[in-house]
Parts: sequence; structure tokens; C-alpha cells
Amino acid sequence: MKHTIAVQVENKSGVLSRVANLFSARGFNIDSLVVGETEDAAVSRMTIVLRGDDKVIEQVTKQLNKLIDVIKVTDLSSESFITRDLALIRVNAASSARARLLEIVQIFRARIVDISSKSVIIEITGNESKIEAMIDMLRSFGIQELVRTGEVAIARRGGNGGRLLAGR
Amino acid sequence: MKKRTGAEILLEALKKQGVEVVFGIPGGVMLHIFDEIYKSDLKFVLTRHEQGAAHAADGYARATGKVGVCLVTSGPGATNTITGIATAQMDSVPMVVITGQVVTQIIGTDAFQEADITGITRSISKHNYLVKDVEELPRVIAEAFHIAGSGRPGPVVVDLPKDVTTAQSDCCHPEKVKLRSYRPTYHGHPRQIKRAAEAIAAAKRPVIYAGGGVVISPRGATELGKMVRKADLPVAMTLMGLGCYDGTERRSLGMLGMHGTYCANMAVSACDLLIAVGARFDDRVTGDLNKFASHAKFIHIDIDPAAISKNVKIDIPIVGDAGNTLGELNKLLKGRKLAKWWQQIDNWRRKHPLGYKKQRGVIKPQQVVEEIDRLTKGQAIIATEVGQNQMWAAQFYLYQKPRQLLTSGGLGTMGYGFPAAIGAQFARPRATVINIAGDGSMQMNIQEMATAVEHKLPIKVAILNNNYLGMVRQWQEMFYGKRYSATSLAVAPDWVKLAEAYGGVGLRAKKPEDVPRVISEALRIKDRPVLMDFIVAPEEGVYPMVPPGGGLNEMILGGKK
Ligand SMILES: Cc1ncc(C[n+]2csc(CCOP(=O)(O)OP(=O)(O)O)c2C)c(N)n1
Ligand SMILES: [Mg+2]
Repeated sequence: MKHTIAVQVENKSGVLSRVANLFSARGFNIDSLVVGETEDAAVSRMTIVLRGDDKVIEQVTKQLNKLIDVIKVTDLSSESFITRDLALIRVNAASSARARLLEIVQIFRARIVDISSKSVIIEITGNESKIEAMIDMLRSFGIQELVRTGEVAIARRGGNGGRLLAGR
Repeated sequence: MKKRTGAEILLEALKKQGVEVVFGIPGGVMLHIFDEIYKSDLKFVLTRHEQGAAHAADGYARATGKVGVCLVTSGPGATNTITGIATAQMDSVPMVVITGQVVTQIIGTDAFQEADITGITRSISKHNYLVKDVEELPRVIAEAFHIAGSGRPGPVVVDLPKDVTTAQSDCCHPEKVKLRSYRPTYHGHPRQIKRAAEAIAAAKRPVIYAGGGVVISPRGATELGKMVRKADLPVAMTLMGLGCYDGTERRSLGMLGMHGTYCANMAVSACDLLIAVGARFDDRVTGDLNKFASHAKFIHIDIDPAAISKNVKIDIPIVGDAGNTLGELNKLLKGRKLAKWWQQIDNWRRKHPLGYKKQRGVIKPQQVVEEIDRLTKGQAIIATEVGQNQMWAAQFYLYQKPRQLLTSGGLGTMGYGFPAAIGAQFARPRATVINIAGDGSMQMNIQEMATAVEHKLPIKVAILNNNYLGMVRQWQEMFYGKRYSATSLAVAPDWVKLAEAYGGVGLRAKKPEDVPRVISEALRIKDRPVLMDFIVAPEEGVYPMVPPGGGLNEMILGGKK
């Protein structure tokens, strides 16, 4: 099962490598890991998407929490939460194909952020399935390059949103 | 406060932490610190290899429960401590390892003797720091000692660039450590403790499975003893737990696991309630997990939440310090007798006690350990190397108190025992400290003989000399058709001469009747290390043995030669 875990960490050097290291040393697989600042400059937040049964999630959580710099671990997937992923996609865009491309961009509420004689760059924001669907649609045009940020997530309710797995 | 250099601040901080002795070796980037040490009254012990320094700090820590300290230079000095750090991490030993580092401006340039030691030690330490500013130094040292010694203890590495040791600051030492992200749980949850008490009262065939956590917890052994007597419980101990309950007492079943006693392994296999305290369900203990205590309910008391339900699903988990939690549990337990269960256990005990076949004219290694136990009245601090020597030291010396056995359980580090014995002897100058060694392991840190001679340490080393990497040979004998690939140690030093070359004493025993005499003679020497070379039966095996992949009740009981 897919889990989205939010990890609050001290904003210190070495923390990202500690977390990344833990996943490789203990043989846990992750789909994505995103890290960025939060409302508190001393705290960074990681959003980690990983797959595993309850036992794996329990171990991941406990091992994460054992790291001295980890403040709090929350399993967002246990409650309702919002996720967003952003993709930038450069696709072939011969003039004959542009009208059709524009249509797809509009349907997905994406944007064209750059354009040249042979290609366009499309920006799309959304949850994973929306982005996957868009990418599927674009394949037939020929994708030149694709980058994604990985998922960030937030609980819908403030305060105690999500299931607090460890920390206080 | 007046301005001092980083080196001075470091020494103040160590003093503030109550550090009595530091083990290590100097080097280029450490000159400033060692100049301060020269001027101070800090006791610094120069080992002959940084691995020796790390294990000595570990041995000091295990013998006392205090944080052991080691201090080494950058690059190779730091990387030489790696095995020592990993050893301490696996066995939860509190240690602070201070490594030198090249000046901050050239970090990352592959400078002379630069190694990314915080990167390298990330997965084998409890935590680590790279100090980039002298202003941080007092806080970092205070945090390092706090983290190393609290919760589930472990090694903390502090990497100190040379310019930080020379920079000046008027900073003060913090009175308290504040870490919002690190707050170990010392007290078990009352509701869980109540559930545990009920389960114990309801059990017909309960067994305690006690590990190193009971030794580490200050009140662990005392409260465990109370519980055992009150509820009439049998105690099986892990290698790391030996001594947490008196091994000479009737309710001790001895060690469980791969080379555990028949009665401990049978009792665990048949129990209806397993009470794990400060133990971690290691594969060397459980054997095949599907067959491990398969009729039992599990209680698990541990200070490390990550240890709980890692390998087996726990019915009643309790996160907390062993001593505190058992203390609370004891208040709820009622006195009872388990006569029927004990009858069965005593039958197992009588049927297959630990033993070995005597052989005329040949010293059996087990006899050496038994004699050491007898002649030290079971009161010595025993360090071990790794291999058969370690298992015989675990089986045939009956530890009576916690912190009597110093052994590398988790990592299984050959070369651990001798430097650990040095650390322990510094911690307990009047105690009899004996390293039970193998002829292979002893060659891995033999250079520390010079350290022991220099400090007139009366450490005894008992080499169970079988001319083999014996434990590996035993597996080759049992599972690889006696194809002894790379396990012969036929080319070996003359141990007696080697000891003498270092300025120590060398003794040798070739016949069973020599054994007590040699040990007694060694015990009389008080001013230098003694190396005893016991020429033992070369192909003796360690038994009982749970074969790899087997369940605990599927032991091979004795060797057929
Ligand atoms: C540093 C290290 N290298 C290799 C091993 C693998 N190993 C485990 S036991 C053993 C043999 C130890 O030989 P010896 O010290 O003579 O002890 P014996 O088993 O003969 O008592 C070896 C090589 C180890 N545990 N540690
Ligand atoms: Mg040997």
C-alpha cells in the first residue's frame, strides 16, 4: 500500500543524507522524497511517499524517529490530505500538432510556459494520477524531456491532522 | 567568561563531563589539543592503534556504565576507529569519539589526511557532529555526552576541524541539554504494565528472555531479581544479558540461542508467555523465527521503540527503561510458585546439562574456562574475543553480576577483547580482568600489549590455542565436508616469547594438570600483563548448537568425532 509520510526535521546540514541513508541501509524503497522549508525557519519538512505493509511503515517510522534530528513523523494517508506534484514537460510541437496540444493543456488545466519553433514546455500541477494521465496523453507527440518535483502533501485539518506516528 | 581556544574549551568540557581517562593517538590536526592535554591533569592513554583506543573506550564504558572517550586524528586515525564505533553501536555502548579534521576552509578538497568521517559513520553511530564554529563546541560536547549516555546508549562522533581547536571564544558551557527532537521514554505506560502483570499471573509456563538492556539499566538487575523471586520465573539470558541475573542461581537457565543451553532453548520453545526485557530478537537468539516460542504470547519491554515488533509481532509492547518498568511491574505481581513448570525445566536441565568430554593428556578449552571461574570465584571481569573462545566463555563462566562480561555480541568483532580489557582495567584498577581469547583474534590487536605494559596493567589473557580460526573451522567441519579452507593458523607466533618481547609475562600449559597452576601463577602477577598459552584440543566444537535455519528445539547436542 502507498503511504505518504510527513517528517519534520531540524533544518541542519546532514539531515537529508541521514534520512536518505536510513532508507538505503535498512532496505526500504521510496517513490519520492521532497524536502523544503516550513513556516518555522528552524524546521524543514520532508514528504516521503513509499510503499509497504503496515509492518514496514511501522519500522520506517520508528527508525526515522530514532534519528536525533527528526522531530515528528506523521502518516498523512491515514486521513484526508491534499497532495501536489509539479511536472515540466518539453514536447515536440510541430505547427500541425499545436491545436491538439493546446486542447489537452486546457482540459488538464495545465499551462504552456515556453514555446519555440519545434517544441513547447508544459507545466502541470496536480496529484499523481492527474499528472500520469497528462503524460500519457502527451506521449504520442513525443516527450523530449520531463521533470517532476515529487509529491508534497498537507493534512486537510490543522493541528492534529494525520496520524501522529512518533514524536510529540 | 575569558577567551579560550577551542582546545582549552574541549578540555574544560571533558572535565565538566567527569571524564577520567581518554584513549587515543595524536596526529597533525590534533597538535593543539594534545598540547593542552600535556598541560592538563587529564589522563590520556596512548594506545598503539586507533581500533585499540575505540575498543578500550568501549571496555571502560561497559565496565562502568559511564561514557567512554576516545580521541584520534583525522583521516586514517578516524577511519581506524570505524570497527570500534560499529561494535559499540551494535551493543548499545555509550561512547564519544572525537576525531580531528582538516581546517574548515579546505574540507571537501581531498586535503592531506581528510576523510568524511561524519558521512562514513552515519549508519554506524547513534549521532554525529561536524563542528564548524568554536562557539558551538560547548553545546556539541554536552549534547554528544547526553545522547551517548541516555536512552538506548550508543557511540557519538564529534569531528573537530583544526581551526576550531585554535579559534578563540568566550563562550560558556551549557548547564542543561535541550533537544526537542530527542526525548527517550524511561517510564513504561501504566496500562501496558498492568496488562503484562495480568499475563504473567495467567501464564502457566512463563519464561524471561533477558538481554543487554537489563545490564545497561541502572536498576535493571535488581528489579529483575525481585521479579524472578517473587513470581518464581525462569530466566534465560542472551550473550549480552549474561550477569543480569546470577548464573549460579537455580532460576537461571543460562544462555539461550544458537549455543544456548538445552534447558533454556527447550523452555523458550515450550513456554506460553515470553517476557523479553532489553533484548532484540536477534537471529542468533531466535533461530528460525517461525518456530521461536511458537505457542507463546510475547511481552516486550525495551527503551527503544524501534526494537519492538521489528522481528516478531509483540502482544504487549512496553516502551521504557528495564529497571523502572520492572519496578512498576513488581508492585503488581503476586507471589506464586510454578512447581509443575519447574519440574519440566529441571528435567531438561538434568537430561542435557552443559558439558564436554574429558580426554586424557589433552586440555579441553572448556576446562580452562571452568578453572578460571573456579580460581576467580566467579568474580572476575571477563572480556572475550570472538569465535569458539567467546561461546565457551559464555557457557562455562557463571557470571554473577551485570557488567562482568565484555563481549562483542552484535558485530562479533575479533580483536575486541584485549583492548576492551585494557579499558576495563583502567575503570576498575583493583578488579581481576581476564581476556578469554582465541589464537586468531588475539593477533588482531596484539600491539596493545605495549599499552598494557606501559601502564603496568595486570591483565590476564587466556589464549585457547587451537591453531585454527576455530569457529569457522567448526562450520566447515559440520556443513562443508571438513574442507578446511583458510582456517589453519599453523604458522603462529610463540606466544610466550611474544609476551616477553613486549615486556609482559608469558606462560604455557600443555597438559590438563598444568591448567590450574598456570592460572594461579598468572593471578599472582600484579604489575604487568600475562599471556597464558593453553594448547587445547584443536578440533573441539561448541555444543549444543542450533543449526542455521533450525528452531531452538532442534539442537545438535554433541560433536561426533
Ligand atoms: C574482524 C573479524 N574478522 C573475521 C571474523 C569471522 N570469524 C568469526 S570467528 C572466527 C575465528 C576466530 O578464531 P580464533 O580467534 O582463533 O577463535 P576460536 O574460534 O578458534 O576460538 C572468524 C575468522 C570476525 N568475527 N571478525
Ligand atoms: Mg583459534
